[in-house]
Parts: sequence; structure tokens; C-alpha cells
Amino acid sequence: MNHLFFLLTLTAYMGSFAAYIGYLVAGREWSGRLGSLLLAAGLVAHYFALLERARGLHTVPYHDLSGSMSLFGWLLALTYLSLELFHRQRSVGAFVLPFVLAFLLFAQLSPPDRLAAPPATGVAFAFHVTLSILAYAAFGLSCVLSLIYLGEQRLLHQHRVGDVVWRLPSLDLLDRMSQSSVLVGLISIAIGTVLGFVWVDRLTGNVWHYDPKYVVTLLVLVAYVFYLRLARNPGWRGARASQLCIFNFAIVIFSFTVVNLFFSRSHRYF
Amino acid sequence: MEIVLVGLNHRSAPVEVRERVSFTNDQARQAAEELRARGILHETLVLSTCNRSEVYGVPPETTHESAAALSNYLSSFHSVQLDLLSPSLYHHYDRNAIRHLFRVASGLDSMMLGEAEILGQVREAYRVAYEHGATGPVLNRLFQGALEVGKRVRSETELGARPMSVASAGVKLAERIFGKLQERSALVLGAGLISEQVVSHLRDRNIARLFVMNRSLDRADHLAREFSGKVIAWDDWESALTLPDVIVSSVSAEEPVLKRSVLQKAMAARGNRPLFVMDLGMPRNVDPDAADLYNFYLYNIDDLTQIVQQNRSARESEIPRAEVIVDEHVGKFLTWQASVNLIGIVEALRHKLKAERAEFIRERAEGIPGLTSEQREQVEAIIDQLLEKMLLDPARRLQGEKDLRRKIQQVEAIRELFLPDRERP
Repeated sequence: MNHLFFLLTLTAYMGSFAAYIGYLVAGREWSGRLGSLLLAAGLVAHYFALLERARGLHTVPYHDLSGSMSLFGWLLALTYLSLELFHRQRSVGAFVLPFVLAFLLFAQLSPPDRLAAPPATGVAFAFHVTLSILAYAAFGLSCVLSLIYLGEQRLLHQHRVGDVVWRLPSLDLLDRMSQSSVLVGLISIAIGTVLGFVWVDRLTGNVWHYDPKYVVTLLVLVAYVFYLRLARNPGWRGARASQLCIFNFAIVIFSFTVVNLFFSRSHRYF
Repeated sequence: MEIVLVGLNHRSAPVEVRERVSFTNDQARQAAEELRARGILHETLVLSTCNRSEVYGVPPETTHESAAALSNYLSSFHSVQLDLLSPSLYHHYDRNAIRHLFRVASGLDSMMLGEAEILGQVREAYRVAYEHGATGPVLNRLFQGALEVGKRVRSETELGARPMSVASAGVKLAERIFGKLQERSALVLGAGLISEQVVSHLRDRNIARLFVMNRSLDRADHLAREFSGKVIAWDDWESALTLPDVIVSSVSAEEPVLKRSVLQKAMAARGNRPLFVMDLGMPRNVDPDAADLYNFYLYNIDDLTQIVQQNRSARESEIPRAEVIVDEHVGKFLTWQASVNLIGIVEALRHKLKAERAEFIRERAEGIPGLTSEQREQVEAIIDQLLEKMLLDPARRLQGEKDLRRKIQQVEAIRELFLPDRERP
């Protein structure tokens, strides 16, 4: 990753994180706005960093683990900012930015990939990967929102209602934000998967090019559809739905790591 | 004259003790009658709220034994062992009792600093006692002063400018769970003053549906009409639990009205939809064991007040201004009290001097030959005029004394110098 853009991105994200913390802890409205502005600036810088990197390597940013992680961080931040604007709720930023920063730093520090790259070319492939990573980022965001939900609910049950709880979104809004995020993820992964089949068909002439990743992706799809269905059921809405959402993300992590690294023949870093 | 206060509050006693020593209006009337009949207090006023039970009184005796007698009475009235009760009780007299009441009425002594309800509760306690004839000139003056202090503190400081109460805290907590309340419904169990305040906050937030249940249908009707709600018959309350998202309970009952088994059944019937319950009853209306039910959020009066207490620091900067107003009114009351005492002392002194003058003339006149009764009366009148002048001039100066502390010291000095046998007023 280009160092200038990386440093700009890192500075903007860290500033955004500090500003969001200021908003959450001290309730300063200007601090929240600054957090959003810095996050937007960070997204722009991060985009150029990804672009520079792709140009430098003459390949897509998700060619290796580093690029894939960086793209994941960027899409996580982008999904969060979209949700923030849609729901007009800034207090979750302080919880999401550490994950964005972690992915950015992990991408920067990860060793260079020596393995041969898959034949990654074409628009269908580009959208397939981008939408898949976007889906993972959206699922990751819904997991963070579910964790916040469980934490806030625990505090409310224990009657430990401090300043932070007053500034967090209501449980109902967290629930809806999580569902919105999952919906974005589901749509992305559905379109991304279809595009993946299209790309495989063009490449091999056979749409049923079996890969264990298909099974896990189908499992992820079913799990999140199940979550959306249950989250709309009053009896499941709340802690149970949040726990399910976190469990589902564990499947995503499994798919993203174990399946990609040890079982899949064509999905290494997405 | 002596004002005595015996009581307990949220700081001195846990809810388990407070709920055993709380008074209903009928109990307050009964206590006032019994305290008078037993010669413990001439004037009585019981202030019983969720956070405090206090008995203010004017005892016939000026000793501090009245506090002990009151403690014993509270123990026997509520059938709570004195050993259990005593550590929670505080006793205040005169200046401290006056100051305590004025701080209570101002919201300075509330668990939630500057809370709005307490002034209404002081007003209500005074109304009940006054209408029952339990108060007299001292407590009437004291509580009118307390109401005046409460109003001034609210209008002249920020302590009252941002009303935050148990009711508003409860409604804000409901928003923590449900977000905006426009599409939610609430059920109010018990149509008392505190319920009305909660309903008012719920209406301010445009709650969609409001149901009211009360043993007295008239009161339920009144509340429902005032806030565009719907009355549900008291007998239907178990089925009514399936309707709302928020329940506000402030029923006067010795046993929990909402038991765990009932709530468990209701939660199952409503498909475990989240339910937020504000238990504002004292004793508590909701079985505390129900708190672990899924999607069930239970807050009692202590929980709510503790939460709101966290906002206290934001208001603490206003305390000094409020205390100045309290002190000013304590001073006013003591001035009034001192002026009353002064009149009593002047009368007593006049009576004593006249008695001594009569004794003096009788002894001296016997030794003066040829003193006619007419001349003797003239001498008596001259001496009376002299005594009156000697008495009234300093009394007038003392009356006009601006320095309260100096004035009280001077009154005390007169009493001790000239009327050492007179009981302390």
C-alpha cells in the first residue's frame, strides 16, 4: 500500500475513532460530526491507497491476503458510514472504528503472498469478489451491532445506566441497524455469488465447478435469511436474534479463514 | 416553642425498611390523632413519599424526649421493631428541622437533585394535615414557608429549570429500549399523582395508545379523559398485560400485584415481546423475581432514582444558589419565631414586674404614715408608667433588630437574666 495514502488513511481513521469516543463519552455533538467527516476523509484516502496498490501490482487489491483485508476494512467503514447516515446515529462509530483500524493495520503488516494468484480477471469477477467482501463487511458490522445490543441490554438489565448507555442507540434501533446491515450483506452475497457462477461459467464453460466454498456460502446465506426471519419475530427479537447474528458471523469467519485456506481451490482471500 | 422532626429517607434506610414505614393519607390522619391524644404532639404533619417518611410536629414539652416518644410511636404504629428502625431514623429540632424541610421542598434533599414531584408531595401532605385539623399556627407557617422556598428555588435557579424526575427518567429508559414511543402503548396501573406525571411524560412523547386501570373507576376515568386514554376494568388486568409495551404501576397494595407467575404467563401470551415495567409502588407492586424473564425490563423506584442520580453532577453547580434561598427562608422563619417568642417574653416580664411592684409598694407603703389610698394609686401608676417605658423601649429596639443571630441572643439573654424560671420557649 502506498505509504502516503496509508498514513493519511491511518491518521484519518484514528482521528475519527478519537472523535467518536469524544462523542460517546462526553456527548459533544461537534465531536461526533468531526468523527463522521474524518471517517469520510479516511475512506477517500483508503480508496486511493487501494487504487495505488492495485496499479503498482498490476492486479486487483484482493489478489492477496493484504489487499483482501484492506478492502474488507474499507467496505466495513463504507457500510458503517452509510448506516450512520441512514439511521442518523453516530454513537456506534466508536465501536466500529477499532475493527476498521485492525483490518487496515493487519493488511499493512501481513507478509507478501508467494502463492500463485488465481486467474482473476474480468468485470464479473471483480464484482463477484467486491460484493462478497462487502457482504462479509456488512455481516461483520451486524455482528458488532449485535455485540453492542447484548452489552447495552445487559447494562439495562443490571440497571447500570451511565452516560454511555444514554448516548447509545436504543435497543430497537440497534436491532433495526443490524437487520439493515444483514440485508445489505445478503443482497451483496446473493448477487456476488451469481456473478461468481457467471465468471466460472465463462472461464471453464461449466457452472458446476465444485468448490467446498459453495456449500459454506449457501450455509451463510441460509443462516442470515433465518436470522432475518427470526429477528422479525417478537419472541426472538432482541438478545436471541443478536446471539444468532454473532453465531452466523462465526460461520463467516470460518468460511473466510479455514475454508479459504484449507479447503477451497479458487477462494483464497475472499 | 419547639419543632421536632423524626423520619427516614432513601439515604438512611433501604427500600425494605422504607416500605414498612410508609403512610397512606388515612394512616397519616390516624397518626396525627393518636399523637395528639397521647400528648406526644400538639401539631402533626406526616410527609410520606417513595423516598421518605417524616413526621413533623410541635410537642407540648420542650424537651428532646419528644423525638424518642415519636420513634417509639412509629415503631408500634408500623409494627417494626425499634431496634431495626432506630438506625435508619434521624431526629432534627428547630433550626435543623426547618432547614431540613425547606431543603426537602426545594428538591435539595431528594435522591434526584431538584426533582419536581417533591413540592407537589409536600403540598399534598400539608393539605391532608390542614384539612384534618392536624396542623396549627406553627406548622401552617412552616409548610407555607416550605412551599414558597420550593417555588423560588425552581423559578430562580437551574435546579428546577430542567425538570428531571423519576417519571421522566422512567420514560427515557423506555426510549432506550423501544426508541421513539409513537407506535407504542402503555398501561397505567393505579391512577395516583405519580402515575399522572408518568402519563404526562408519555403523552409528551406521543405514545400511541394509553390504557388506565385503577380500583376506583372515577379516578381512572379522570386520568384517561385528561390524557386521551382508555379505561380497562380492574378485573381484566391479567389479560390487559398482553397489550402494552410499557407498564407503569403505582398501586397501593401490601402484596405485589404483578407476581412472577402472572408475568411469565403474560410474556408467553405476548410472544415475549419486550416489556418495560416501572414499579413506582411503595411497597413494590412487582415481584422482583420477575426481573429475569426474557425481554422483561423491571425498574423500581430505587432503580430509577439511582439512575437519575447520575445526572446530579450537572445540577450540583446550582446547589449554592439554592442553599442561599433556603437559608434566607430559614432566617425568615426564625425571625417570625423569634418575634413570637419576644411577645411572649415581654408579656411574661410585664407580669413579673407588676407582681414585684405590687409587693414592693405594699412593703414600703406600710412604713409611710398618712399615705392615702388615692396617693398610693398615683404612686403605683407612676411606677407602672416607668416600668412600661423601661420595658417597651428595649422591646421595640429588639423588634427592629436586623441581625437575626444578635436578636436571638438578646432574647435569650433577657429570658435568662429576668425570667430564669421561665420554660424555654
